[in-house]
Amino acid sequence: MSTPMVTAENVHKSFGHVEVLKGIDLEVRTGQVFCLLGPSGSGKSTFLRCINHLERIDAGRLSVDGQLVGYRERAGKLYERNENEVADQRRDIGMVFQRFNLFAHMTALQNVMLAPMDVRRLPKAEVKEHAMRLLERVGLADQAQKYPSQLSGGQQQRVAIARALAMKPKLMLFDEPTSALDPELVGEVLDVMRDLADSGMTMIVVTHEIAFAREVGDHLVFMDSGVVVEQGAPRDVLTNPQHRRTQTFLSKVL
Amino acid sequence: MSGQPASTDAKTPIRAIPVRHWGQQISGVIVLAALVAFIYAVATNENLDWSVIAANLFGPTILSGLWVTISLTVLSMIIGVALGVTVAVMRLSPNRVLNSVAGGYIWAFRGTPVLVQLLLWFNLALFFPRLGFGEFGLDTNTVITAFVAALLGLGLNEGAYMAEIVRGGILSVDHGQSEAASALGMRRRSTMFKIVLPQAMRVIIPPMGNELITMLKMTSLVTVIAAPDLLNRAQVISSRNFYIFELLIVASIWYLALTTVSTLIQMRLEKRFARGVAGIAPRRRRILRNLKPGRVTSPVREPADRPDVDRKGGAGS
Repeated sequence: MSTPMVTAENVHKSFGHVEVLKGIDLEVRTGQVFCLLGPSGSGKSTFLRCINHLERIDAGRLSVDGQLVGYRERAGKLYERNENEVADQRRDIGMVFQRFNLFAHMTALQNVMLAPMDVRRLPKAEVKEHAMRLLERVGLADQAQKYPSQLSGGQQQRVAIARALAMKPKLMLFDEPTSALDPELVGEVLDVMRDLADSGMTMIVVTHEIAFAREVGDHLVFMDSGVVVEQGAPRDVLTNPQHRRTQTFLSKVL
Repeated sequence: MSGQPASTDAKTPIRAIPVRHWGQQISGVIVLAALVAFIYAVATNENLDWSVIAANLFGPTILSGLWVTISLTVLSMIIGVALGVTVAVMRLSPNRVLNSVAGGYIWAFRGTPVLVQLLLWFNLALFFPRLGFGEFGLDTNTVITAFVAALLGLGLNEGAYMAEIVRGGILSVDHGQSEAASALGMRRRSTMFKIVLPQAMRVIIPPMGNELITMLKMTSLVTVIAAPDLLNRAQVISSRNFYIFELLIVASIWYLALTTVSTLIQMRLEKRFARGVAGIAPRRRRILRNLKPGRVTSPVREPADRPDVDRKGGAGS
Protein backbone atom coordinates (compact mmCIF):
# COMPACT_ATOMS: atom_id res chain seq x y z
CA MET A 1 0.00 0.00 0.00
CA SER A 2 2.83 2.42 -0.60
CA THR A 3 3.98 2.73 -4.21
CA PRO A 4 1.85 4.95 -6.45
CA MET A 5 -0.05 3.17 -9.24
CA VAL A 6 -1.40 6.30 -10.87
CA THR A 7 0.05 9.78 -10.55
CA ALA A 8 -1.69 12.80 -12.01
CA GLU A 9 -0.01 16.20 -11.93
CA ASN A 10 -1.86 19.26 -13.09
CA VAL A 11 -3.86 17.34 -15.70
CA HIS A 12 -5.85 19.50 -18.12
CA LYS A 13 -8.32 18.45 -20.78
CA SER A 14 -10.65 20.42 -23.03
CA PHE A 15 -13.27 19.39 -25.54
CA GLY A 16 -13.30 22.27 -27.98
CA HIS A 17 -13.70 25.40 -25.90
CA VAL A 18 -15.02 23.59 -22.86
CA GLU A 19 -12.37 22.87 -20.27
CA VAL A 20 -13.39 19.62 -18.59
CA LEU A 21 -10.35 19.03 -16.39
CA LYS A 22 -8.76 22.12 -14.87
CA GLY A 23 -5.57 20.86 -13.30
CA ILE A 24 -6.10 17.57 -11.52
CA ASP A 25 -3.50 16.40 -8.98
CA LEU A 26 -4.16 12.93 -7.65
CA GLU A 27 -2.26 9.89 -6.51
CA VAL A 28 -3.66 6.37 -6.48
CA ARG A 29 -1.66 3.89 -4.41
CA THR A 30 -1.22 0.24 -5.24
CA GLY A 31 -3.98 -1.89 -3.77
CA GLN A 32 -6.20 1.09 -3.11
CA VAL A 33 -9.91 1.27 -3.91
CA PHE A 34 -10.11 4.83 -5.13
CA CYS A 35 -13.60 6.30 -5.55
CA LEU A 36 -14.45 9.32 -7.66
CA LEU A 37 -17.65 11.10 -6.80
CA GLY A 38 -19.29 14.17 -8.21
CA PRO A 39 -22.18 15.59 -10.18
CA SER A 40 -22.46 14.73 -13.87
CA GLY A 41 -20.23 16.89 -15.98
CA SER A 42 -17.69 17.24 -13.19
CA GLY A 43 -15.02 15.52 -15.31
CA LYS A 44 -14.66 12.32 -13.31
CA SER A 45 -15.40 9.99 -16.23
CA THR A 46 -13.12 12.01 -18.49
CA PHE A 47 -10.31 11.73 -15.96
CA LEU A 48 -10.84 7.97 -15.81
CA ARG A 49 -10.68 7.73 -19.61
CA CYS A 50 -7.44 9.71 -19.64
CA ILE A 51 -5.78 7.06 -17.48
CA ASN A 52 -5.89 4.50 -20.30
CA HIS A 53 -5.51 7.15 -22.98
CA LEU A 54 -9.01 6.81 -24.41
CA GLU A 55 -8.84 10.58 -24.07
CA ARG A 56 -5.58 12.39 -24.55
CA ILE A 57 -4.63 15.02 -22.01
CA ASP A 58 -3.78 18.57 -23.13
CA ALA A 59 -1.40 19.53 -20.35
CA GLY A 60 0.19 18.07 -17.23
CA ARG A 61 1.61 14.64 -16.54
CA LEU A 62 -0.20 11.39 -16.05
CA SER A 63 1.59 8.15 -15.36
CA VAL A 64 0.57 4.60 -14.57
CA ASP A 65 3.01 2.36 -12.71
CA GLY A 66 5.82 4.82 -13.34
CA GLN A 67 5.17 5.03 -17.10
CA LEU A 68 3.85 8.16 -18.77
CA VAL A 69 0.50 7.50 -20.44
CA GLY A 70 0.67 8.02 -24.21
CA TYR A 71 4.16 9.53 -24.21
CA ARG A 72 7.76 8.52 -23.74
CA GLU A 73 10.30 10.78 -22.11
CA ARG A 74 13.86 10.74 -23.31
CA ALA A 75 16.50 13.32 -22.38
CA GLY A 76 13.91 15.73 -21.13
CA LYS A 77 11.86 15.57 -24.34
CA LEU A 78 8.43 14.04 -24.75
CA TYR A 79 7.77 11.70 -27.67
CA GLU A 80 4.24 10.69 -28.51
CA ARG A 81 3.73 6.93 -28.47
CA ASN A 82 2.34 5.43 -31.65
CA GLU A 83 -0.97 3.61 -31.79
CA ASN A 84 0.46 0.15 -31.14
CA GLU A 85 2.53 1.30 -28.19
CA VAL A 86 -0.56 2.89 -26.68
CA ALA A 87 -2.43 -0.39 -27.20
CA ASP A 88 0.38 -2.22 -25.42
CA GLN A 89 0.13 0.17 -22.48
CA ARG A 90 -3.58 -0.54 -22.17
CA ARG A 91 -3.09 -4.30 -21.81
CA ASP A 92 -2.43 -3.99 -18.09
CA ILE A 93 -5.33 -1.66 -17.39
CA GLY A 94 -8.79 -3.18 -17.28
CA MET A 95 -11.84 -1.05 -17.92
CA VAL A 96 -15.52 -1.58 -17.19
CA PHE A 97 -18.00 0.68 -18.95
CA GLN A 98 -21.34 2.08 -17.94
CA ARG A 99 -22.98 0.49 -20.99
CA PHE A 100 -21.09 -2.84 -20.59
CA ASN A 101 -19.97 -2.84 -24.24
CA LEU A 102 -19.79 -6.61 -24.47
CA PHE A 103 -19.01 -7.83 -27.97
CA ALA A 104 -22.52 -8.52 -29.21
CA HIS A 105 -21.60 -11.21 -31.74
CA MET A 106 -19.75 -13.38 -29.23
CA THR A 107 -20.88 -15.56 -26.35
CA ALA A 108 -19.98 -14.64 -22.78
CA LEU A 109 -17.10 -17.12 -22.87
CA GLN A 110 -15.81 -15.83 -26.21
CA ASN A 111 -15.94 -12.29 -24.85
CA VAL A 112 -13.70 -13.27 -21.96
CA MET A 113 -11.35 -15.34 -24.12
CA LEU A 114 -10.79 -12.90 -26.95
CA ALA A 115 -8.22 -10.45 -25.57
CA PRO A 116 -5.83 -12.95 -23.95
CA MET A 117 -5.70 -14.85 -27.23
CA ASP A 118 -5.55 -11.85 -29.52
CA VAL A 119 -3.32 -9.57 -27.46
CA ARG A 120 -1.24 -11.89 -25.28
CA ARG A 121 -1.20 -14.74 -27.82
CA LEU A 122 -1.77 -17.34 -25.12
CA PRO A 123 -2.80 -20.89 -26.12
CA LYS A 124 -6.53 -21.44 -26.42
CA ALA A 125 -6.83 -24.27 -23.89
CA GLU A 126 -5.12 -22.27 -21.18
CA VAL A 127 -7.19 -19.17 -21.95
CA LYS A 128 -10.41 -21.14 -21.91
CA GLU A 129 -9.67 -22.66 -18.54
CA HIS A 130 -8.83 -19.26 -17.07
CA ALA A 131 -11.93 -17.73 -18.64
CA MET A 132 -14.18 -20.40 -17.13
CA ARG A 133 -12.61 -19.81 -13.72
CA LEU A 134 -13.30 -16.08 -14.08
CA LEU A 135 -16.91 -16.67 -15.12
CA GLU A 136 -17.27 -18.92 -12.11
CA ARG A 137 -15.82 -16.18 -9.93
CA VAL A 138 -18.49 -13.72 -11.11
CA GLY A 139 -21.11 -16.45 -10.71
CA LEU A 140 -21.87 -16.99 -14.40
CA ALA A 141 -20.24 -20.29 -15.30
CA ASP A 142 -23.64 -21.64 -16.37
CA GLN A 143 -24.22 -18.70 -18.73
CA ALA A 144 -20.93 -19.12 -20.63
CA GLN A 145 -22.58 -20.02 -23.94
CA LYS A 146 -25.14 -17.21 -23.91
CA TYR A 147 -24.92 -14.14 -26.09
CA PRO A 148 -24.98 -10.72 -24.37
CA SER A 149 -28.51 -10.05 -25.64
CA GLN A 150 -29.70 -13.12 -23.73
CA LEU A 151 -28.26 -11.87 -20.43
CA SER A 152 -29.64 -9.35 -17.94
CA GLY A 153 -27.82 -6.07 -17.43
CA GLY A 154 -26.27 -7.25 -14.19
CA GLN A 155 -25.06 -10.47 -15.80
CA GLN A 156 -23.63 -8.53 -18.74
CA GLN A 157 -21.72 -6.25 -16.43
CA ARG A 158 -20.31 -9.23 -14.52
CA VAL A 159 -19.17 -10.77 -17.81
CA ALA A 160 -17.58 -7.41 -18.65
CA ILE A 161 -15.66 -7.50 -15.37
CA ALA A 162 -14.52 -11.06 -16.09
CA ARG A 163 -13.46 -9.95 -19.56
CA ALA A 164 -11.31 -7.18 -18.12
CA LEU A 165 -9.82 -9.50 -15.50
CA ALA A 166 -8.87 -12.03 -18.19
CA MET A 167 -5.94 -9.77 -19.13
CA LYS A 168 -4.65 -10.00 -15.54
CA PRO A 169 -4.55 -6.22 -15.19
CA LYS A 170 -2.67 -4.41 -12.46
CA LEU A 171 -5.28 -1.67 -12.38
CA MET A 172 -9.04 -1.71 -12.93
CA LEU A 173 -11.08 1.31 -14.03
CA PHE A 174 -14.83 1.34 -13.41
CA ASP A 175 -16.83 4.00 -15.22
CA GLU A 176 -20.19 4.18 -13.41
CA PRO A 177 -20.55 0.40 -13.60
CA THR A 178 -24.03 0.28 -12.06
CA SER A 179 -25.62 3.43 -13.49
CA ALA A 180 -27.29 1.66 -16.40
CA LEU A 181 -28.70 -1.16 -14.27
CA ASP A 182 -32.16 -1.76 -12.88
CA PRO A 183 -32.05 -1.17 -9.12
CA GLU A 184 -32.46 -4.83 -8.22
CA LEU A 185 -29.43 -5.79 -10.33
CA VAL A 186 -27.00 -3.29 -8.79
CA GLY A 187 -26.21 -5.50 -5.80
CA GLU A 188 -24.84 -8.46 -7.76
CA VAL A 189 -22.35 -6.24 -9.60
CA LEU A 190 -21.25 -4.46 -6.41
CA ASP A 191 -20.72 -7.86 -4.77
CA VAL A 192 -18.31 -8.85 -7.52
CA MET A 193 -16.49 -5.54 -7.16
CA ARG A 194 -16.29 -5.93 -3.38
CA ASP A 195 -14.83 -9.40 -3.84
CA LEU A 196 -12.29 -7.94 -6.26
CA ALA A 197 -11.35 -5.22 -3.79
CA ASP A 198 -10.83 -7.83 -1.10
CA SER A 199 -8.41 -9.67 -3.37
CA GLY A 200 -6.16 -6.59 -3.33
CA MET A 201 -6.84 -5.22 -6.81
CA THR A 202 -6.09 -1.54 -7.37
CA MET A 203 -9.39 -0.03 -8.46
CA ILE A 204 -10.50 3.41 -9.55
CA VAL A 205 -14.26 3.63 -9.38
CA VAL A 206 -16.43 6.43 -10.72
CA THR A 207 -19.70 5.85 -8.94
CA HIS A 208 -22.87 7.23 -7.47
CA GLU A 209 -23.11 4.35 -5.01
CA ILE A 210 -22.35 6.18 -1.77
CA ALA A 211 -22.73 3.04 0.32
CA PHE A 212 -20.19 1.19 -1.79
CA ALA A 213 -17.74 4.08 -1.51
CA ARG A 214 -18.14 4.18 2.24
CA GLU A 215 -17.82 0.45 2.84
CA VAL A 216 -15.32 -0.64 0.23
CA GLY A 217 -13.46 2.54 -0.71
CA ASP A 218 -10.08 3.38 0.80
CA HIS A 219 -10.00 6.88 -0.56
CA LEU A 220 -12.68 9.18 -1.87
CA VAL A 221 -12.34 12.17 -4.14
CA PHE A 222 -15.11 14.66 -4.73
CA MET A 223 -14.87 16.47 -8.05
CA ASP A 224 -16.89 19.35 -9.41
CA SER A 225 -16.51 21.41 -12.62
CA GLY A 226 -13.17 19.88 -13.48
CA VAL A 227 -11.41 20.36 -10.15
CA VAL A 228 -10.85 18.20 -7.09
CA VAL A 229 -12.94 19.83 -4.37
CA GLU A 230 -11.92 17.60 -1.51
CA GLN A 231 -10.61 14.15 -0.77
CA GLY A 232 -9.80 11.84 2.07
CA ALA A 233 -11.02 8.73 3.82
CA PRO A 234 -14.57 7.99 2.56
CA ARG A 235 -16.06 8.05 6.03
CA ASP A 236 -14.63 11.50 6.77
CA VAL A 237 -15.62 13.06 3.46
CA LEU A 238 -19.11 11.58 3.53
CA THR A 239 -19.96 12.30 7.17
CA ASN A 240 -18.06 15.52 7.60
CA PRO A 241 -17.67 17.31 4.25
CA GLN A 242 -15.62 20.51 4.51
CA HIS A 243 -16.73 22.27 1.36
CA ARG A 244 -20.10 23.70 0.61
CA ARG A 245 -20.23 22.09 -2.84
CA THR A 246 -19.64 18.66 -1.35
CA GLN A 247 -22.27 19.33 1.28
CA THR A 248 -24.84 20.37 -1.33
CA PHE A 249 -24.12 17.34 -3.49
CA LEU A 250 -24.27 14.89 -0.60
CA SER A 251 -27.46 16.38 0.73
CA LYS A 252 -29.05 15.60 -2.62
CA VAL A 253 -27.86 12.04 -3.03
CA LEU A 254 -27.82 10.72 0.53
CA MET B 1 -60.09 -12.95 -35.34
CA SER B 2 -59.63 -10.51 -32.47
CA GLY B 3 -58.41 -11.87 -29.19
CA GLN B 4 -61.57 -10.90 -27.30
CA PRO B 5 -64.49 -13.12 -28.29
CA ALA B 6 -68.02 -11.76 -28.05
CA SER B 7 -69.11 -14.86 -26.22
CA THR B 8 -68.25 -15.00 -22.54
CA ASP B 9 -67.42 -18.68 -22.80
CA ALA B 10 -63.93 -18.66 -24.28
CA LYS B 11 -64.18 -22.27 -25.41
CA THR B 12 -66.95 -21.69 -27.96
CA PRO B 13 -65.44 -20.66 -31.30
CA ILE B 14 -66.93 -17.55 -32.83
CA ARG B 15 -69.40 -18.21 -35.66
CA ALA B 16 -69.44 -15.10 -37.75
CA ILE B 17 -69.55 -14.30 -41.45
CA PRO B 18 -66.09 -13.05 -42.37
CA VAL B 19 -65.64 -9.70 -44.07
CA ARG B 20 -65.97 -10.05 -47.84
CA HIS B 21 -63.15 -8.40 -49.74
CA TRP B 22 -65.11 -7.76 -52.93
CA GLY B 23 -62.54 -5.48 -54.52
CA GLN B 24 -59.82 -8.04 -53.97
CA GLN B 25 -61.86 -10.85 -55.43
CA ILE B 26 -62.91 -8.96 -58.55
CA SER B 27 -59.46 -7.63 -59.29
CA GLY B 28 -58.04 -11.10 -58.65
CA VAL B 29 -60.31 -12.55 -61.32
CA ILE B 30 -59.29 -9.83 -63.78
CA VAL B 31 -55.58 -10.38 -63.16
CA LEU B 32 -56.00 -14.14 -63.51
CA ALA B 33 -57.90 -13.72 -66.79
CA ALA B 34 -55.20 -11.43 -68.15
CA LEU B 35 -52.54 -13.94 -67.15
CA VAL B 36 -54.36 -16.81 -68.87
CA ALA B 37 -54.80 -14.69 -71.99
CA PHE B 38 -51.11 -13.82 -72.00
CA ILE B 39 -50.00 -17.43 -71.54
CA TYR B 40 -52.39 -18.51 -74.29
CA ALA B 41 -51.05 -15.82 -76.62
CA VAL B 42 -47.48 -16.86 -75.93
CA ALA B 43 -48.14 -20.59 -76.15
CA THR B 44 -50.04 -20.42 -79.41
CA ASN B 45 -47.96 -17.72 -81.04
CA GLU B 46 -46.71 -18.98 -84.39
CA ASN B 47 -43.86 -16.50 -84.30
CA LEU B 48 -42.37 -18.18 -81.25
CA ASP B 49 -40.74 -21.54 -81.78
CA TRP B 50 -40.70 -23.41 -78.49
CA SER B 51 -38.57 -26.20 -79.87
CA VAL B 52 -35.73 -23.71 -80.44
CA ILE B 53 -35.93 -22.62 -76.81
CA ALA B 54 -35.93 -26.21 -75.62
CA ALA B 55 -33.07 -27.17 -77.91
CA ASN B 56 -30.86 -24.29 -76.83
CA LEU B 57 -31.64 -24.03 -73.12
CA PHE B 58 -29.10 -26.74 -72.29
CA GLY B 59 -27.10 -26.49 -75.50
CA PRO B 60 -23.30 -26.47 -75.15
CA THR B 61 -22.94 -22.90 -76.45
CA ILE B 62 -25.47 -21.51 -73.98
CA LEU B 63 -23.96 -23.52 -71.12
CA SER B 64 -20.49 -22.22 -71.92
CA GLY B 65 -21.90 -18.69 -71.86
CA LEU B 66 -23.65 -19.45 -68.60
CA TRP B 67 -20.37 -20.59 -67.12
CA VAL B 68 -18.66 -17.36 -68.19
CA THR B 69 -21.50 -15.31 -66.69
CA ILE B 70 -21.28 -17.17 -63.39
CA SER B 71 -17.50 -16.95 -63.15
CA LEU B 72 -17.53 -13.27 -64.16
CA THR B 73 -20.14 -12.58 -61.48
CA VAL B 74 -18.36 -14.51 -58.75
CA LEU B 75 -14.87 -13.18 -59.55
CA SER B 76 -16.06 -9.59 -59.97
CA MET B 77 -17.91 -9.81 -56.67
CA ILE B 78 -14.82 -11.20 -54.94
CA ILE B 79 -12.72 -8.34 -56.35
CA GLY B 80 -15.50 -5.89 -55.45
CA VAL B 81 -15.89 -7.09 -51.86
CA ALA B 82 -12.14 -7.26 -51.21
CA LEU B 83 -11.65 -3.80 -52.69
CA GLY B 84 -14.76 -2.50 -50.95
CA VAL B 85 -13.62 -3.59 -47.49
CA THR B 86 -10.11 -2.23 -48.06
CA VAL B 87 -11.32 1.09 -49.41
CA ALA B 88 -13.96 1.46 -46.68
CA VAL B 89 -11.33 0.92 -43.98
CA MET B 90 -9.02 3.37 -45.77
CA ARG B 91 -11.84 5.89 -46.03
CA LEU B 92 -12.34 5.76 -42.25
CA SER B 93 -8.63 5.87 -41.48
CA PRO B 94 -7.17 8.93 -39.76
CA ASN B 95 -4.30 8.72 -42.26
CA ARG B 96 -5.02 11.55 -44.70
CA VAL B 97 -3.22 9.99 -47.66
CA LEU B 98 -5.16 6.72 -47.43
CA ASN B 99 -8.35 8.61 -46.83
CA SER B 100 -7.95 10.81 -49.91
CA VAL B 101 -6.89 7.94 -52.16
CA ALA B 102 -10.02 6.03 -51.12
CA GLY B 103 -12.20 9.08 -51.67
CA GLY B 104 -10.70 9.66 -55.12
CA TYR B 105 -11.24 6.05 -56.14
CA ILE B 106 -14.89 6.10 -55.10
CA TRP B 107 -15.40 9.41 -56.83
CA ALA B 108 -13.92 8.26 -60.14
CA PHE B 109 -15.47 4.81 -60.33
CA ARG B 110 -18.93 5.77 -59.17
CA GLY B 111 -18.86 8.86 -61.35
CA THR B 112 -18.45 7.11 -64.71
CA PRO B 113 -20.81 4.58 -66.32
CA VAL B 114 -19.65 1.00 -66.02
CA LEU B 115 -20.19 0.60 -69.76
CA VAL B 116 -17.62 3.32 -70.39
CA GLN B 117 -15.23 1.72 -67.91
CA LEU B 118 -15.54 -1.63 -69.70
CA LEU B 119 -14.74 -0.01 -73.02
CA LEU B 120 -11.80 1.86 -71.52
CA TRP B 121 -10.25 -1.34 -70.13
CA PHE B 122 -10.88 -3.18 -73.38
CA ASN B 123 -9.19 -0.42 -75.35
CA LEU B 124 -6.32 0.06 -72.93
CA ALA B 125 -3.84 -0.90 -75.66
CA LEU B 126 -4.61 2.36 -77.46
CA PHE B 127 -3.22 4.21 -74.45
CA PHE B 128 -0.58 1.84 -73.08
CA PRO B 129 0.52 -0.44 -75.92
CA ARG B 130 2.86 -2.32 -73.59
CA LEU B 131 2.53 -3.09 -69.87
CA GLY B 132 5.49 -3.48 -67.53
CA PHE B 133 9.00 -2.10 -67.35
CA GLY B 134 11.52 -2.21 -70.17
CA GLU B 135 12.37 -5.75 -71.18
CA PHE B 136 9.85 -7.25 -68.82
CA GLY B 137 6.96 -5.68 -70.68
CA LEU B 138 4.09 -7.54 -72.25
CA ASP B 139 1.86 -6.62 -75.13
CA THR B 140 -1.27 -5.08 -73.60
CA ASN B 141 -3.64 -6.91 -75.92
CA THR B 142 -2.33 -10.31 -74.82
CA VAL B 143 -2.78 -9.43 -71.14
CA ILE B 144 -6.09 -7.63 -71.32
CA THR B 145 -8.33 -10.14 -73.03
CA ALA B 146 -12.06 -9.52 -73.24
CA PHE B 147 -12.51 -11.58 -70.08
CA VAL B 148 -9.82 -9.69 -68.14
CA ALA B 149 -11.19 -6.35 -69.31
CA ALA B 150 -14.66 -7.44 -68.20
CA LEU B 151 -13.31 -8.52 -64.83
CA LEU B 152 -11.43 -5.25 -64.30
CA GLY B 153 -14.35 -3.12 -65.42
CA LEU B 154 -16.98 -4.90 -63.33
CA GLY B 155 -14.78 -5.58 -60.29
CA LEU B 156 -13.33 -2.10 -59.93
CA ASN B 157 -16.73 -0.50 -60.43
CA GLU B 158 -18.26 -2.85 -57.87
CA GLY B 159 -15.47 -2.05 -55.40
CA ALA B 160 -16.51 1.59 -55.32
CA TYR B 161 -20.13 0.74 -54.52
CA MET B 162 -19.18 -1.94 -51.99
CA ALA B 163 -16.86 0.51 -50.25
CA GLU B 164 -19.79 2.77 -49.49
CA ILE B 165 -21.93 -0.16 -48.34
CA VAL B 166 -19.18 -1.47 -46.06
CA ARG B 167 -18.49 2.02 -44.72
CA GLY B 168 -22.15 2.37 -43.80
CA GLY B 169 -22.01 -1.02 -42.08
CA ILE B 170 -18.91 -0.10 -40.09
CA LEU B 171 -20.45 3.19 -38.98
CA SER B 172 -23.56 1.34 -37.82
CA VAL B 173 -21.58 -0.56 -35.17
CA ASP B 174 -21.76 1.11 -31.78
CA HIS B 175 -18.60 3.06 -30.94
CA GLY B 176 -18.53 1.40 -27.52
CA GLN B 177 -17.57 -1.88 -29.20
CA SER B 178 -14.29 -0.62 -30.60
CA GLU B 179 -13.67 1.37 -27.44
CA ALA B 180 -13.98 -1.78 -25.34
CA ALA B 181 -11.56 -3.54 -27.69
CA SER B 182 -9.09 -0.64 -27.39
CA ALA B 183 -9.36 -0.70 -23.62
CA LEU B 184 -8.37 -4.38 -23.69
CA GLY B 185 -5.22 -3.50 -25.58
CA MET B 186 -6.35 -4.80 -28.96
CA ARG B 187 -4.77 -3.16 -31.96
CA ARG B 188 -6.70 -1.36 -34.65
CA ARG B 189 -6.46 -4.14 -37.21
CA SER B 190 -7.70 -6.81 -34.79
CA THR B 191 -10.47 -4.56 -33.60
CA MET B 192 -11.61 -3.98 -37.16
CA PHE B 193 -11.52 -7.60 -38.28
CA LYS B 194 -12.62 -9.35 -35.09
CA ILE B 195 -15.05 -6.88 -33.55
CA VAL B 196 -16.34 -4.26 -35.97
CA LEU B 197 -16.59 -6.00 -39.35
CA PRO B 198 -18.34 -9.17 -38.07
CA GLN B 199 -21.02 -6.97 -36.55
CA ALA B 200 -21.17 -4.72 -39.59
CA MET B 201 -21.92 -7.79 -41.72
CA ARG B 202 -25.50 -7.85 -40.49
CA VAL B 203 -26.03 -4.44 -42.05
CA ILE B 204 -23.85 -5.14 -45.08
CA ILE B 205 -25.37 -8.47 -46.20
CA PRO B 206 -28.79 -7.30 -47.47
CA PRO B 207 -27.44 -4.58 -49.80
CA MET B 208 -24.62 -6.94 -50.78
CA GLY B 209 -27.24 -9.45 -51.93
CA ASN B 210 -28.74 -6.73 -54.06
CA GLU B 211 -25.31 -5.98 -55.48
CA LEU B 212 -24.83 -9.66 -56.36
CA ILE B 213 -28.11 -9.74 -58.27
CA THR B 214 -27.31 -6.46 -59.97
CA MET B 215 -23.89 -7.85 -60.88
CA LEU B 216 -25.43 -10.99 -62.39
CA LYS B 217 -27.41 -8.85 -64.74
CA MET B 218 -24.69 -6.25 -65.26
CA THR B 219 -22.39 -8.93 -66.69
CA SER B 220 -24.58 -8.83 -69.80
CA LEU B 221 -22.93 -5.48 -70.58
CA VAL B 222 -19.70 -7.27 -71.42
CA THR B 223 -21.39 -8.31 -74.66
CA VAL B 224 -20.19 -4.96 -76.05
CA ILE B 225 -16.56 -6.03 -75.70
CA ALA B 226 -17.40 -9.46 -77.12
CA ALA B 227 -16.72 -11.38 -73.93
CA PRO B 228 -18.42 -14.78 -74.40
CA ASP B 229 -21.06 -14.45 -71.64
CA LEU B 230 -24.60 -15.80 -71.64
CA LEU B 231 -26.17 -12.96 -73.60
CA ASN B 232 -23.29 -12.86 -76.05
CA ARG B 233 -23.57 -16.62 -76.71
CA ALA B 234 -27.34 -16.29 -77.18
CA GLN B 235 -26.79 -13.52 -79.69
CA VAL B 236 -24.11 -15.50 -81.51
CA ILE B 237 -26.61 -18.33 -81.99
CA SER B 238 -29.44 -16.05 -83.08
CA SER B 239 -27.19 -14.27 -85.57
CA ARG B 240 -26.86 -17.63 -87.27
CA ASN B 241 -30.44 -18.96 -87.01
CA PHE B 242 -32.36 -15.66 -86.66
CA TYR B 243 -34.47 -16.92 -83.76
CA ILE B 244 -33.79 -13.68 -81.90
CA PHE B 245 -36.72 -13.69 -79.50
CA GLU B 246 -36.36 -17.35 -78.60
CA LEU B 247 -32.73 -16.97 -77.63
CA LEU B 248 -33.44 -13.87 -75.59
CA ILE B 249 -35.99 -15.95 -73.69
CA VAL B 250 -33.38 -18.67 -73.17
CA ALA B 251 -31.04 -16.07 -71.69
CA SER B 252 -33.83 -14.62 -69.54
CA ILE B 253 -34.70 -18.04 -68.12
CA TRP B 254 -31.10 -18.53 -67.01
CA TYR B 255 -30.80 -15.02 -65.56
CA LEU B 256 -34.00 -15.60 -63.59
CA ALA B 257 -32.73 -18.94 -62.32
CA LEU B 258 -29.43 -17.41 -61.21
CA THR B 259 -31.03 -14.48 -59.40
CA THR B 260 -33.41 -16.86 -57.63
CA VAL B 261 -30.48 -18.91 -56.37
CA SER B 262 -28.65 -15.76 -55.20
CA THR B 263 -31.72 -14.64 -53.30
CA LEU B 264 -31.78 -17.96 -51.45
CA ILE B 265 -28.07 -17.65 -50.61
CA GLN B 266 -28.66 -14.11 -49.36
CA MET B 267 -31.41 -15.31 -47.03
CA ARG B 268 -29.13 -17.95 -45.54
CA LEU B 269 -26.32 -15.46 -45.00
CA GLU B 270 -28.65 -12.97 -43.32
CA LYS B 271 -29.66 -15.63 -40.86
CA ARG B 272 -26.05 -16.58 -40.20
CA PHE B 273 -24.99 -13.05 -39.33
CA ALA B 274 -28.00 -12.31 -37.17
CA ARG B 275 -26.21 -14.20 -34.37
CA GLY B 276 -26.36 -12.46 -31.04
CA VAL B 277 -29.11 -10.11 -32.14
CA ALA B 278 -32.12 -10.47 -29.90
CA GLY B 279 -35.42 -11.60 -31.28
CA ILE B 280 -34.59 -12.75 -34.78
CA ALA B 281 -33.76 -16.42 -34.41
CA PRO B 282 -36.45 -17.28 -31.83
CA ARG B 283 -39.15 -15.61 -33.88
CA ARG B 284 -38.20 -17.54 -37.00
CA ARG B 285 -38.44 -20.74 -35.00
CA ARG B 286 -41.81 -19.77 -33.63
CA ILE B 287 -43.16 -19.15 -37.12
CA LEU B 288 -41.95 -22.55 -38.28
CA ARG B 289 -43.46 -24.21 -35.24
CA ASN B 290 -46.77 -22.56 -35.95
CA LEU B 291 -46.69 -23.66 -39.54
CA LYS B 292 -46.38 -27.30 -38.54
CA PRO B 293 -49.52 -29.31 -39.22
CA GLY B 294 -51.56 -30.19 -36.15
CA ARG B 295 -50.47 -27.06 -34.32
CA VAL B 296 -53.32 -25.49 -32.39
CA THR B 297 -52.83 -21.85 -31.56
CA SER B 298 -53.81 -21.01 -28.04
CA PRO B 299 -54.78 -17.37 -27.58
CA VAL B 300 -53.70 -17.49 -23.95
CA ARG B 301 -50.02 -18.24 -24.48
CA GLU B 302 -49.32 -16.19 -27.56
CA PRO B 303 -48.61 -12.49 -27.10
CA ALA B 304 -50.66 -9.92 -28.95
CA ASP B 305 -47.80 -8.83 -31.21
CA ARG B 306 -47.69 -12.10 -33.10
CA PRO B 307 -46.96 -11.56 -36.77
CA ASP B 308 -49.70 -12.27 -39.24
CA VAL B 309 -47.84 -15.26 -40.67
CA ASP B 310 -48.36 -17.20 -37.47
CA ARG B 311 -52.05 -16.74 -37.55
CA LYS B 312 -52.40 -17.95 -41.10
CA GLY B 313 -50.25 -20.95 -40.26
CA GLY B 314 -52.29 -21.72 -37.17
CA ALA B 315 -55.59 -21.36 -38.91
CA GLY B 316 -54.53 -23.72 -41.66
CA SER B 317 -53.88 -26.59 -39.30
